[in-house]
Amino acid sequence: MSMNRREFLQVLAVAAAGGMSLHSELALAEKGAGKLYDLPKFGNVSLLHITDCHAQLNPIYFREPSVNLGFGEQFGKVPHLVGDKLLKHFGFKPNSIEAHAYTYLNFEKAAETYGRVGGFAHLATLVKRMKARNPGALLLDGGDTWQGSGTALWTNAQDMVDACKALGVNVMTLHWEATYGEARVKEIEEKDFAGVVDIVAQNVKTADFGDPVFKPYVIKNMNGVPVAIVGQAFPYTPIANPRWQVPNWSYGIQEENMQAVVDEARAKGAQVVVVLSHNGMDVDLKMASRVRGIDAIMGGHTHDGMPAPVIVKNAGGQTLVTNAGSNGKYLGVLDFDVKNGKIAGYRYKLLPVFANLLPADKDMQALIDKVRAPYLGKLNEQLAVSEGTLYRRGNFNGTFDQVIVDALIKEKDAEIAFSPGFRWGTSLLPGQPILMEHVLDQTAITYPWTTVSNMSGEMIKTVLEDVCDNLFNPDPYYQQGGDMVRVGGLQYTCDPTAKAGQRISNMMLRGQLIDPARTYKVAGWAPVSEEAKDAGEPIWELVARYLRDVKTLKPVQLNMPRLKGADGNPGIAL
Amino acid sequence: MNNQRRNVLKTGTGAAVLGALAAAGIIKPGIALAEWNKAAFEAKSMADTLKALGAAQPADSKDVQLTGPDIAENGAVVPVGVTSAIPGTTMMAILIEKNPNALAASFTLPAGTEANVQTRVKMGQTSNVYALVKAGDKFFLATKEIKVTLGGCGG
Repeated sequence: MSMNRREFLQVLAVAAAGGMSLHSELALAEKGAGKLYDLPKFGNVSLLHITDCHAQLNPIYFREPSVNLGFGEQFGKVPHLVGDKLLKHFGFKPNSIEAHAYTYLNFEKAAETYGRVGGFAHLATLVKRMKARNPGALLLDGGDTWQGSGTALWTNAQDMVDACKALGVNVMTLHWEATYGEARVKEIEEKDFAGVVDIVAQNVKTADFGDPVFKPYVIKNMNGVPVAIVGQAFPYTPIANPRWQVPNWSYGIQEENMQAVVDEARAKGAQVVVVLSHNGMDVDLKMASRVRGIDAIMGGHTHDGMPAPVIVKNAGGQTLVTNAGSNGKYLGVLDFDVKNGKIAGYRYKLLPVFANLLPADKDMQALIDKVRAPYLGKLNEQLAVSEGTLYRRGNFNGTFDQVIVDALIKEKDAEIAFSPGFRWGTSLLPGQPILMEHVLDQTAITYPWTTVSNMSGEMIKTVLEDVCDNLFNPDPYYQQGGDMVRVGGLQYTCDPTAKAGQRISNMMLRGQLIDPARTYKVAGWAPVSEEAKDAGEPIWELVARYLRDVKTLKPVQLNMPRLKGADGNPGIAL
Repeated sequence: MNNQRRNVLKTGTGAAVLGALAAAGIIKPGIALAEWNKAAFEAKSMADTLKALGAAQPADSKDVQLTGPDIAENGAVVPVGVTSAIPGTTMMAILIEKNPNALAASFTLPAGTEANVQTRVKMGQTSNVYALVKAGDKFFLATKEIKVTLGGCGG
């Protein structure tokens, strides 16, 4: 169904030699293959940026969202554009290789044409090319690197730590990394990364005295230019993820401290100041409008593969804000031309990593094969075949999440099921076998326990309202950057433009309104409270059992809320 | 990080450390024993609390700064701080609109004290938090919303 690189190039060659009228996508792919990675050298400072790869060492499919809504000041603005609205904004042609790289449009067909994306061996080839172009280039890792696969979980993140060192990461910041616990993060920082990779985070302090836990920033000399990289870890790690995994660390946005750190870096001679951020793009845009002296914020967390930076004006001048998507699909390349201590110009390109267009780096592939070898039996177990496309990303639901909530309801004999609004997780094409590895791609976390609880109708509403506010609070500083909790069994109406506590209405179960006073049996997973440790079997075991029974998975029906206030919003295409 | 300071505090009991600090003249016992405004602490609503403090109509002031998280990491211990740049500040208070009793803390500042306090407050739900400052016979106010969330479900 999908060609390897050699077959792919052969098809192109045969088609061209035979004088056939080329299939338009293939023709464009061939044309694009040459141009895509041919970036002329610019300036003297070059920053390469990966973020949110979620431990995907091998190439995968990843469907970009068709629902990524913004309201109020965020309405219709980057990154809240999907499909043809996004293409139009950035000036890409429909059916082009870029259209496939940055949008969900025509996903199944285009994914078959262009093949898988990402993979550290292919990424390594691209990084080497970009470093050859500017030997001083720094490789920045925005975090969410150590979590998201079975092997990352089973090796306690060691596979990703080794792969990142081999890839040549210079500086990183954190989010999900912290779910391995404080001790493990510090162990990696002090042993594996010592003298090789700097972990930076200005906004992580000890909970008792507010002492820094990591270096707030580093200054690197690049071709004679001092460049400061300031770290901004995900500000809401102890809220969105279990507090007990980082009991002694306190986070937060810490805007004032960010200003102080930027000023300090400038005072120490930094001519370029870049923030390596895991805030999420809306938070980065707000921060850029308020903090002075940052040349660029290279961001992640919200998994927005944005082909061009947003230029934000502020009291100190302007700040570029970029976001480099997820799952190893892109490499961001930001070049500055620094003359006489000042930035004279910049170029930015978000390069999609097409595995068929970039040969695998042999050393990296060997490392990946070695780390996966002991687990291949488990990873390759075929659980079922999917007739439809499976994906996760979207504000309210994705087909893979639908499978998870369907499995929870069936296996736990529950009336309602909740699944967290995670934005990571790979996609599967119609007809592809669902392997255990794919289920782990959606579920591999350090607190994977399934839960069953009796919840009142009132509590169910409270939960939905709480998560909805994390997504749609008009002030980005109050958003957490995940998506809406996925819901099985229950239908509801959602008005994102309403006030907190008033967005959810008309909650129905089997045609009946939810009774606030009645108790319902609700299944879920990924509990953040310490008391819920080991509550029930890990979610991947439950989903695997469900899929083994199903064998052939028909295209699933998405349980989408009825939306109010979203008409004409360029952040949704249904 | 300053492990020595952390260890010293861990090994000493709270009282002993406070005693030591007092002995060293860092904390003067008298400061902690300022007059207790019972009516203000027992008032339920913002309006009643302001009345009990004699601050019926405080003015918003940019010289008063309220610091705290946008979203609390733990509603039971939310770090909040108040600073005042208004000369002659004699009192600083922290009020939480949606708490059962709005007044969470009140500080009396002897003359010459830097108007900068930090404490931890408990919050049951998302609420506006107010810093109330008295200078001379006038009251000034700053506000910030602090969100208390159930947690989980993050990206």
